[in-house]
Amino acid sequence: MAKSASSLAKRAGDLMNWLDDRLPVTSFWNAVMTGYQAPKNFNFWYYMGSLALLVLVMQILTGIFLTMHYKPSAAEAFASVEYIMRDVDWGWLLRYMHSTGASFFFILIYLHMFRSLLYGSHQKPRELLWVFGMFIYLALMAEAFLGYVLPWGQMSYWGAQVIINLFGAIPKIGEPLTQWIRGDYFISDATLNKFFALHVIAVPLAILGLVMLHLVALRENGSNNPDGIEIKANKGPDGTPIDGIPFHPYYTVKDIFGVGMFLILFSFILFMWPEVGGLFLEADNFIPANPLVTPEHIKPVWYFTPYYAILKAVPDKLMGVIMMGASVTILFFLPWLDRSPVKSIRYRGLWYKVLLGMFTIAFVRLGMLGMAAGTPAETWEMRVWTLVYFMFFVLLYFMSPGGKTKPVPDRVTH
Amino acid sequence: MSSDDVNKGRRRFLVATTSAVGAVGVGFAAIPFIQSWMPSAKAQAVGAPVEVNISKLKEGQLLKVQWRGQTIGILRRTDEMISGLGKVDEVLVDPESANADQPAYIHGEPRALRPDYLVVNMHCTHLGCIPQMIPEVGPQPFDDHWNGGFYCPCHKSKFDLSGRVYKGVPAPTNLRIPPYSFLDDGTVMIGVSPQGAV
Repeated sequence: MAKSASSLAKRAGDLMNWLDDRLPVTSFWNAVMTGYQAPKNFNFWYYMGSLALLVLVMQILTGIFLTMHYKPSAAEAFASVEYIMRDVDWGWLLRYMHSTGASFFFILIYLHMFRSLLYGSHQKPRELLWVFGMFIYLALMAEAFLGYVLPWGQMSYWGAQVIINLFGAIPKIGEPLTQWIRGDYFISDATLNKFFALHVIAVPLAILGLVMLHLVALRENGSNNPDGIEIKANKGPDGTPIDGIPFHPYYTVKDIFGVGMFLILFSFILFMWPEVGGLFLEADNFIPANPLVTPEHIKPVWYFTPYYAILKAVPDKLMGVIMMGASVTILFFLPWLDRSPVKSIRYRGLWYKVLLGMFTIAFVRLGMLGMAAGTPAETWEMRVWTLVYFMFFVLLYFMSPGGKTKPVPDRVTH
Repeated sequence: MSSDDVNKGRRRFLVATTSAVGAVGVGFAAIPFIQSWMPSAKAQAVGAPVEVNISKLKEGQLLKVQWRGQTIGILRRTDEMISGLGKVDEVLVDPESANADQPAYIHGEPRALRPDYLVVNMHCTHLGCIPQMIPEVGPQPFDDHWNGGFYCPCHKSKFDLSGRVYKGVPAPTNLRIPPYSFLDDGTVMIGVSPQGAV
């Protein structure tokens, strides 16, 4: 018995050797998992990245199975989604996993980005890491928008109408550009078919490529941490950072715990409350697209509403579109706007806590106002928060170099 | 050949020219892919005029029809609606419709061939939603001095009963008027201008 076990182990070892001679399996595993030293003081905020990866895999998997039943044509799309919901075995589960997954993707990404603002993870030398992340975020927004059009409900149709027409605000090339995007003079079958292709193949490929770049850039400099200290600056006699621990098994185990907690929350929404009162799935989208009637209360899904509020706050078509575009674009430049010598909020002065607090309130309030019906008072409030939103970046640029800081410790704290 | 014999300038020239020719090739090869996104021949062919029977339209009633994928509204205006048009001129962006997208034979306040029938492209000039007709005169949640008109649910743009845009809303221009003509008292042809008109 013992002999056969050891011979089995030997055979497994032989197989690994055979593989390693042809593919760098072991050396790759060592480089990115067991040999990769991550700071030992990760906290709650460091769950988001791995959970986002989990949701990405889930979206791809459920997406593939949904395409097996969905029909990308204006005449059949709405009915085919209802067919998935009612007639396909477990179709409702696949569909709700996909729609719930979309919203959770954004929840995780927003928390992931907020972590960066807390601990300065976008600062030197991780600027490119942040920029790749921003491209992922942008691609994700495109992916979510394209996907929302596919069920061909009222919100799909009118959402597409509004978003595509945003490009029409560009002087001169605007009108031809919208025709090019639609592939027709109005939102039609051609538009839906094209969006389907983009949603299921083009954008997901781009996201996968960007995620890879994001991870390669992450492993190059290693993760930041809640203290914002470079652990590589403090190495032990064996050449590994004193404050580092191997990613595997320490953080793989931590992340698996996070996955468990996340799936409990995810399942609760998925099984008990998949529409989340119109936040994740809007009631109007259970009505087939009707080009003659715009729904009375049109709004995008929650994850777009902060930007939508900025669009609504500006009483000029072109300026509104520019401001909305700027509100996303400015995030790309965060690593260069934040000139603080200290990374983590723990060692920045009160000024940063106030700035970040105001920015967070502005983003959340804009998100809420973006969903609201829009009374004149609300419009004024949107303008105030839009100003606060942009002022965050302006003030950050001017205050960060000289802003008060506290001494940063040499070693990470617990 | 030793490395001293390498002509660096010539090598750089060859690399640069090869790259340039390659880039031009890629540029040309991209054209079919980009062009394939334009409206197809089939989409371009669907543009026939639409004949609409308006004889059963009651006063104050709005009829929506589709023409070239656009929603066209035909509103039979009452006398009060027509006489009320001038009341809001000072809060309009372009009361004379000087910058409006409309045929040359459409002019004046009613913006119509016949004042009692407004034929208008219903899509908001902001982002293309369909405004709701709210003909009642009186305070509304969005306007305390509402004189009747069209109100866009998407971004709160307001238009009067001739489709002229209010000041201070996101829509930049008046609602568009499509080319149309009357075949007889009870029939409108959308997409065809009156004979002799441009």
